[in-house]
Amino acid sequence: MDKQRRKFLKIAGATALAGISAPAVVKLTSTPALASSGHGKAAEHGAAEHKPEGHGGEDSAKGVRLGMLIDMRKLYGHPELLEKVAAACIKVHNIPQIEGNKNEIKWIWDMAYKNVFPEHSSYHSSKITEENNFLVLCNHCDEPPCVRVCPTKATFRDEKTGIVSMDFHRCIGCRFCMMGCPYGARSFNWMDPRPYIKEYNPDFPTRMRGVVEKCNFCGERRALGQEPACVEAVKDVGAIVFGDLNDPDSEIRQILDKEHTIQRKPSLGTKPSVFYIV
Amino acid sequence: MIEKVFKGNSNYWMWLAFLSAFVAVGAICYLRQFVYGMYLTGMGRDLSWGLYISQFTFLVGVAAGGLMLVLPYYVHNYKTFGRITILGEFLAIGALIMCLMFIMADIGQPLRGLNMILHPTPNSMLFWDMVVLLGYLGLNIICGWVILTAERKQVKPPKWVYIFVYVSIPFAVSIHTVTAMLYCGLPGRHFWLSAITAPRFLASAFAAGPALIVIACLIMKRVANFDAGREAINKLTTIIMYAALINAFFVLLEFFVGFYSNIPGHKHSLQYLFFGIEHHGVMYNNLVPFMWGSVFLCFGGLGLFAYMKIKDTGTDLMIGIGCAMIFIALWLDKGLGFVMGGLAITPLEEIVEYYPTANEIGITLGIWATGFLIVTLLYKIAVDVEHEVEA
Amino acid sequence: MYNKGTIIPGLIIFVLFVTFPLWFNAFSTAASTVPKPELPPGGEKACIAPAAEMRANHMVMLNEWRDDVLRDGDRVAVTVDGKQYRKGLQMACMQCHSNKEKFCDSCHEYASVKPYCWDCHLTQSALATKKETH
Repeated sequence: MDKQRRKFLKIAGATALAGISAPAVVKLTSTPALASSGHGKAAEHGAAEHKPEGHGGEDSAKGVRLGMLIDMRKLYGHPELLEKVAAACIKVHNIPQIEGNKNEIKWIWDMAYKNVFPEHSSYHSSKITEENNFLVLCNHCDEPPCVRVCPTKATFRDEKTGIVSMDFHRCIGCRFCMMGCPYGARSFNWMDPRPYIKEYNPDFPTRMRGVVEKCNFCGERRALGQEPACVEAVKDVGAIVFGDLNDPDSEIRQILDKEHTIQRKPSLGTKPSVFYIV
Repeated sequence: MIEKVFKGNSNYWMWLAFLSAFVAVGAICYLRQFVYGMYLTGMGRDLSWGLYISQFTFLVGVAAGGLMLVLPYYVHNYKTFGRITILGEFLAIGALIMCLMFIMADIGQPLRGLNMILHPTPNSMLFWDMVVLLGYLGLNIICGWVILTAERKQVKPPKWVYIFVYVSIPFAVSIHTVTAMLYCGLPGRHFWLSAITAPRFLASAFAAGPALIVIACLIMKRVANFDAGREAINKLTTIIMYAALINAFFVLLEFFVGFYSNIPGHKHSLQYLFFGIEHHGVMYNNLVPFMWGSVFLCFGGLGLFAYMKIKDTGTDLMIGIGCAMIFIALWLDKGLGFVMGGLAITPLEEIVEYYPTANEIGITLGIWATGFLIVTLLYKIAVDVEHEVEA
Repeated sequence: MYNKGTIIPGLIIFVLFVTFPLWFNAFSTAASTVPKPELPPGGEKACIAPAAEMRANHMVMLNEWRDDVLRDGDRVAVTVDGKQYRKGLQMACMQCHSNKEKFCDSCHEYASVKPYCWDCHLTQSALATKKETH
C-alpha cells in the first residue's frame, strides 16, 4: 500500500512539473526571436518564387531599409574629404580620439582597397584604387551576424528602418558582436572614453567603459529631420547618398538602378546596406 | 561531509596556502581591472577576445572530459571506474566554476551579467552556452553529492539520481558542442568556420579531462593513500591515447582543407600558427614555438603511452609524465592556438599579434588557482569518504 | 540559563547598537538632513507629471523613454506647458533641471543610490569642463 502511494505521488509530482514547465517552453519556442531576423520574410516569399542566384543575391523585401551609397569617384584624390567625413562623425557622436590601434574607437574611417574589399582582386589594380583609401563603416546588414550572436539583444535590427542599433544601457560587453561582425565595424570601450573626447556635443551622450559601439546611421539626427553627419560633410560633392533601398523612387535607388555598385563581402550572406561605386 | 575539508595534514594546508596566494594575487589583479578598465589587458579593437575566453574554451573541455568516466561506469557498468567516477564529476564542478569566472572576468560590464537572463535571446549561442553550463554544473553537484552521500552511508544511491546521471551524459557533450558553436557559426572568421570544430573540441576534451584525472589520482596515491587501481589508470590512458589521436587527426584534416583548397582564408591562420606569416614585410610568428611544442608534446606523450602499452610496463612517474605532456599539448592547441589563430587575422585583413599583460595573466592564474582549490577540497571530501567507508 | 550575567547585557548592547541610527535621529538636534532638491533655475513650474509621482516613478519613466527612443524608434516629442521637448534625460528633463549636482544628486546621495545615467549622459558641469580645456 505504502509503495503504491509513493509511486502515485512520484507520478503526480512529475506530471505537475511537466504541466508547469510546458507553458514556459511553449512561450520560449514561440518567440519571434528564435527565428533570426529576416528569415520570416524569406519564408513569406515561398520556395516557388525563389530564383536561382549567386551568393550575394537578395530577395526583394518590404518595409523601409535605410542604406547608403558611397560614390568613391567623387572622393578620389581628396583625402581631406575623407578626413572631413570622419571628423564630422567624431564631433557629432562624441567619439573619443585614443592613440594606437589597441584601444581606438572608430565609427567611420578610411582604409586601403585590399583591406576594405578583400574578396575583390587587387592584383595589378588601377592606380586610382591603389592610391586612394576607401570609407569604411557599419554596413547595417539586412541579416546582421552581430544581432544573431548578441546574448542580450543589446544590438538589434530596428524593423522600422532596417538600422542595426546599439542599446548601450543593455550591453554587457561580451564582445561577441565584434567576433560576429565580418567587417570590423565595431569598437569596444576598453577605457573610460570621456578624457579622450576633444569637444562635447551636448545633443548626444558619450559612452561608458565596457560597452561596444558603432555607427548608428545618425538615428538621433534623422529624428530631427537632418541627414547623417557624413552625408552632410561631403554634401558639396554629393559623394554619399542616403535613403530607403526599398523605395523605388528614392534617390539612392535611382542611382543603384543606373550605376554598377559593389558591396563588401557579399558572399557571406549578410546583405550589407552600404554600397560603393569604385 | 563538508567538515572533512577542515582536517588535513600539513602538506594539505601548505598546498591550500600556496593556491590561496595565487587566488589573492588574482583577486587584486581583478580589482585593478574592475576599477581601471579592460585596457589593462592585452586585448584590443582588432583582437577583442584573449586569454580569458581561450581558457574558458579549454576548461569547458576539461569539464566535459569527466564523461569518459561517467559513460563507461553508468552506461556500460564498467565497475573498475567505480572509485574514480566521482573524481570526474567533481573535476567538472571545479572546471565549470572556472569557466563562469573567466566569463565574468571577460565581460566589460560584469554587473549587468544578469541581462543574459533578463533578456533571454535564443538565437545567441552564448545564451545556450550559459544554459548548458549552468545545467551541467547543477547536474554534477546533484549527482556527485547524492552518490557520495549514499556511499558514505553505505546504501545504494536513490533511483531518481540516475535520471540526472543519464541526463548529464548528453549535457556533457552539449557543453562543448555549444562552446564550439560560439566559434564555428561566425561568418568571416575562416579558421573557426569549420564543421569539425565541435568534434575536434570533444576529442581534445576527452583526452585533456581524463589526463588531469589520472595526474590527480597519481598524486593522491602518494599523498592521500588513495589508489584508483592499476586497471582503471590503464583504461584511462587508453582512452586518452585514442582521444588525442583523433584530435590530431582532425587538426591534420584542417591542414588538408586549408592547403589543398589553397583558399587564403582557410590557410592563413594555420600558416600564422605553425610557420609564421609575412604581412607588409613584417613576420608574425609569436605562436610558432608554442604550436610546435604542442605537436612534440602530443606525439611524445602518445609515444610514451604506446611504449608502455607494448612493453606492458610503466611506472607511475612515466604515466604521469605522459599525461602531463598530453594535457599541456592540448592546452597549447586549444587554450592558446585555436582562439588566437582565428583572431590574429582581422576582418580587415590585417594581422595583429596578441600578448597578454601581467595583470591579465595574474587574473588567469588566480582563476586557475581557485579552480584547483575547489577541486582539491572536493577531492579531499571524496577521498576521506572512501577512507571512512573502508575503515 | 548559563552565563546570564554576560548574555543579557550583551544582548542589550547589541540591540542598542543596531538601532543606533534610530536613536541618533530621534535625539539629534541638528537640522533635518532630508534633501531639498533645487527647483529649476529657469523658473519652470510644470513637469510632465505631478511632483509626487515624479519623485516616486521618474526612474520607471526614464526606462520607458529609453526603450521608446532607442529600441522602438518612437521619438515623439513630449509637450509640457506648451513647450516641446525631445524624449530623454538630457533632452527633456535636464533642460529645466539643469543642475545635476543640486537636483539629482541631492536625493540620490541621501538615498545612497548610484544610477549610471551620467556615465554617458552629459551634465552642464561636464560640458563646462570640456570647454575650458578646449
